[in-house]
Amino acid sequence: MAMKFSENADRMDARYVAGLARMALSDAEAAQLQGQLDDILAFIGELKQLDVSGVEATDVATEARNAWREDVPEAGLARDVALANAPLARHEQFAVPKVIE
Amino acid sequence: MSDYVPSIGLEVHVQLKTRTKMFCACPAHEEGTPNVAVCPVCLGLPGALPTMNREAIRKTVKVGLMIGSEISLRSTFDRKNYFYPDMPKNFQISQQAAPLCIGGSVEIEVGGQKKTIRVNHIHQEEDAAKITHLENSSEIDYNRASTPLMELVTEPDMSSPDEAIAFLTALKEMLVYAGISDCNLELGHVRCDVNSSVRPAGTDKLGVKCEIKNMNTFKGIHRALEYELERQMETLRAGGKLTQETRRWDDVAGVTLPMRSKEYAHDYRYFPEPDLPPVTLDAATVEAWRAELPELPAAKRARFIRDYGLPEYDAGVLTADPAIAGYFEATAQKSQNFKAVSNWVMGELLRALGEKGETIADAKIAPEALAALIALVDAKTINMPAAKEVFQILFDRGGEPAAIVKEKGLAQVSDTGAIDGFAEQAIAANEKVAAEFRGGKEAALMFLVGQVMKLSRGKANPQLAADALRRKLQG
Amino acid sequence: MSAPLHELGFLEAADALAQKTVSSAELTAALLDRSEKLEPALNSLTWFDREAALAQARAADAARAAGDARPFLGVPIAIKDLLNVKGQPCTAGSNILKGYVAPYDATVIARLRAAGCVFVSRTNTDEFAMGGSTETSAYGPTRNPWDVARVPGGSSGGSAAAVAARLAPAALASDTGGSIRQPAAFCGVTGFKPTYGRVPRYGCTAFASSLDQVGPISRSVEDAAAVYQLIAGLDPRDSTTSPRPVEDVLPAVRAARDLKGLKLGLPKEYFVEGLDPEIEQLTRAAVDQCRALGAEIVDVELPHSRYGIACYYILAPAEASANLARYDGVRYGFRAEAGDLQEMYEQTRARGFGAEVKRRVILGTYVLSSGFHDAYYLRAQKVRTLIRGDFERAFARCDAILGPVTPTPAFRVGEKTSDPVQMYLGDVFTVNVNLAGICGLSVPCGFTAAGLPAGLHVVGPAFREDLALKIGAAYQHATEWHRKRPVDPQGGRP
Ligand SMILES: [Mg+2]
Ligand SMILES: [Zn+2]
Repeated sequence: MAMKFSENADRMDARYVAGLARMALSDAEAAQLQGQLDDILAFIGELKQLDVSGVEATDVATEARNAWREDVPEAGLARDVALANAPLARHEQFAVPKVIE
Repeated sequence: MSDYVPSIGLEVHVQLKTRTKMFCACPAHEEGTPNVAVCPVCLGLPGALPTMNREAIRKTVKVGLMIGSEISLRSTFDRKNYFYPDMPKNFQISQQAAPLCIGGSVEIEVGGQKKTIRVNHIHQEEDAAKITHLENSSEIDYNRASTPLMELVTEPDMSSPDEAIAFLTALKEMLVYAGISDCNLELGHVRCDVNSSVRPAGTDKLGVKCEIKNMNTFKGIHRALEYELERQMETLRAGGKLTQETRRWDDVAGVTLPMRSKEYAHDYRYFPEPDLPPVTLDAATVEAWRAELPELPAAKRARFIRDYGLPEYDAGVLTADPAIAGYFEATAQKSQNFKAVSNWVMGELLRALGEKGETIADAKIAPEALAALIALVDAKTINMPAAKEVFQILFDRGGEPAAIVKEKGLAQVSDTGAIDGFAEQAIAANEKVAAEFRGGKEAALMFLVGQVMKLSRGKANPQLAADALRRKLQG
Repeated sequence: MSAPLHELGFLEAADALAQKTVSSAELTAALLDRSEKLEPALNSLTWFDREAALAQARAADAARAAGDARPFLGVPIAIKDLLNVKGQPCTAGSNILKGYVAPYDATVIARLRAAGCVFVSRTNTDEFAMGGSTETSAYGPTRNPWDVARVPGGSSGGSAAAVAARLAPAALASDTGGSIRQPAAFCGVTGFKPTYGRVPRYGCTAFASSLDQVGPISRSVEDAAAVYQLIAGLDPRDSTTSPRPVEDVLPAVRAARDLKGLKLGLPKEYFVEGLDPEIEQLTRAAVDQCRALGAEIVDVELPHSRYGIACYYILAPAEASANLARYDGVRYGFRAEAGDLQEMYEQTRARGFGAEVKRRVILGTYVLSSGFHDAYYLRAQKVRTLIRGDFERAFARCDAILGPVTPTPAFRVGEKTSDPVQMYLGDVFTVNVNLAGICGLSVPCGFTAAGLPAGLHVVGPAFREDLALKIGAAYQHATEWHRKRPVDPQGGRP
């Protein structure tokens, strides 16, 4: 497996992360983003000053619980409506370029 | 004794039998016509939000209860991020930090040897869409997207392909039993990721793990594991090194092949799903769900052996399908002859169902009728060939066995006068055979019994016929 | 009626329609005429369809003529281009949603539709609501009606500018880190972010799901309360909405005259360096006004507020990186032609997304990636807990909190675009309210010497929308700032 990040583990490799997010970057873009992201990381890195030991993470922002639905089907979108936005539809399906595994 | 010991672990994905999808109210299990069960949620449209299907959660918790998991009273959903066109949001809503069921185990038996396979956890998630790869493009049908899945992850406790299959068979039986899933393999209801490694005999540390992705037949899993374990051992024996990797099974070539390394596939960037509040269960709800559980196959098998005095083989056959087991019990309750009930159900009934491609629910023969039929045989009112004829009529159109026996005139002839008459006719028509018997050839009697049966058009009680012939020939 | 039709506020328009002094078609046409006239200078709208809007207005008029007495029947409203309206484009200010036509209504839209409102236009937004100036929109920047050389704030800059310029009586907007309140302050209008879970998000194109909340931008607190009331409440399609019933707040808001008996907290952390002196002076004057209305002003502490922005710029991009993964060219929107799927993904997203979205998606992907998750994402979640705790302690001492909405008045277009950190610091007073999941109101509280509006921030505890709105309404009853309107800009864009 290739090295994930550059030698300095705290420095983000913008191009690698853009790959994770499936976005191609031009060289100029990568260079500019790299600088800006370094600034942002330096800025958000200030959280490291805070002692958060023993603090619970807020993993839920809502007070709602068990907002579940009974198992009763409802009509969704008609197929032609669903396919109307497709960049390419074939055989009543969403068509994409070939997948190379 | 082999020089290497295999360890096998399974990640089993099972489609739950629900009416709607996991995170939207579209109908689940819509097969055939593509993209007819879709909505903004399962198409991943901008702004759409998931909602939880309570029934799916109930079913997954019930699986946990069946295998002795600890049920999480607070469980949460997480997003598992990866790009693939069958995943409309490019993340799967799954559970990682706090799954619904923790731990548990399943008993298996291979070659008379019992073994406990530990389960790490069971979590709730959503299925992907169906993607069809064509030569120059791929086409996607989102009917299946967001179908409820439970994923059961075992510990690497299995040590042979047979054990892996035994585990899957036991699990499948349990899930079908409890109505959790139809477990139809052809329809892809059960799909496995198969992890395997080998380590030198006598050592503890697990070897390098290889994962075979997305297997959907038991036979395929067995073959793939046989191949894969051999490959790993051969590699090590030849002094090679194994790398942790994901492979796929080529069923035609009969080999596993490395998947073209999915460069980023390892980094799923899990984080809590902000659109779904936690699932909180209370003990009362969990207990109520436990109360709905059916008796499990293993327990039922043991009970059949104990309460009905059946051989282990019979108990196994009868309990393989909960509906058949139920039919057996309903019949047994009306009958004294449990073994006969078992024979009829395993024999004639399963044969007749198989011939017609029907399930027990379609059968017209009521348990009471089968019990009554067995009673007629036991009372020697009818003989076996006649009973089978009655059975077929009951199976095809239902009814009362006694009435059918009467209507068809199938009652055994036990009237000694009539049988004597047939015996005399048989001897008269077969003097040569009769002489052979008299001359000491005991087997000749059976031929003459057959003739009596023929003359009585099958209705004579064969025992009485033999007695009458013997009397007349020796007298 | 002497005043031009476009001067009618949301409730005023409802009254005028009820009294039949004006028809919805006339009102809608007047707003569309005005939009056509001012849009070259403002660029606050991404889309309107004259015929579609007028058809909706005429249908409302016909219903009213037939006896339909729904109070908001025929009242026009503008919609942020983030909310799905069935049959209308919904682009989130992004090229990647080019061509997408919403096949369904957001819940808030369905509720406004049921109330009979007319969807008159769609308002500009920073791309996927990521920005504080509406400059990241694929449609180009929106201009501040008070000074077209300046930004209207963001991300709901289009909604704020359109309401300030009288292109609509009110607008729907969304607020993830201040996106309703900050543009409202920059444009001299009223903006209200309800408590998280109070207004359904179903159909609101997601930016950061644990922070996003839909709310109104309007010309008065009364109007904001009226719109809020129409859209709030439990939604079976949004599992994060609270089951608490929504009380009828409008009568109390309309009757609010003073602040007697209320304790209002003033956090010392909100008056520190970096706060523009004019903004500080205007805020303090507004606080004095509240004291004069009978409120007791008490000091409170929000010791972790300085960490809010860092916390926010980890959590929001993290959630966004997943929320925006669906824009891949497969099912809708823009697709870059490519030979294979991977290339299609990478080119579609490279060309479909603008620079700010890319920045945040990369940042969000990074803070979640293996090896960095705990140091950034998990730590930020813990800091979020501390920030929530700050507000809980503060609300034990006061009923609501006052402060500035923004550290500066509206800045010039282009001034901060090359320095993301400077841009992010503009959210310093608003993000904590989102992180804590509570409600916040921005009301106009005066003008700088250069004639730029400032906003007073009224922050209420969770589900005390009634309180925040009553405080804002009492303040507006005693002041005239919210009645000031900008001079119509002339000509095209500068
Ligand atoms: Mg899984
Ligand atoms: Zn659906």
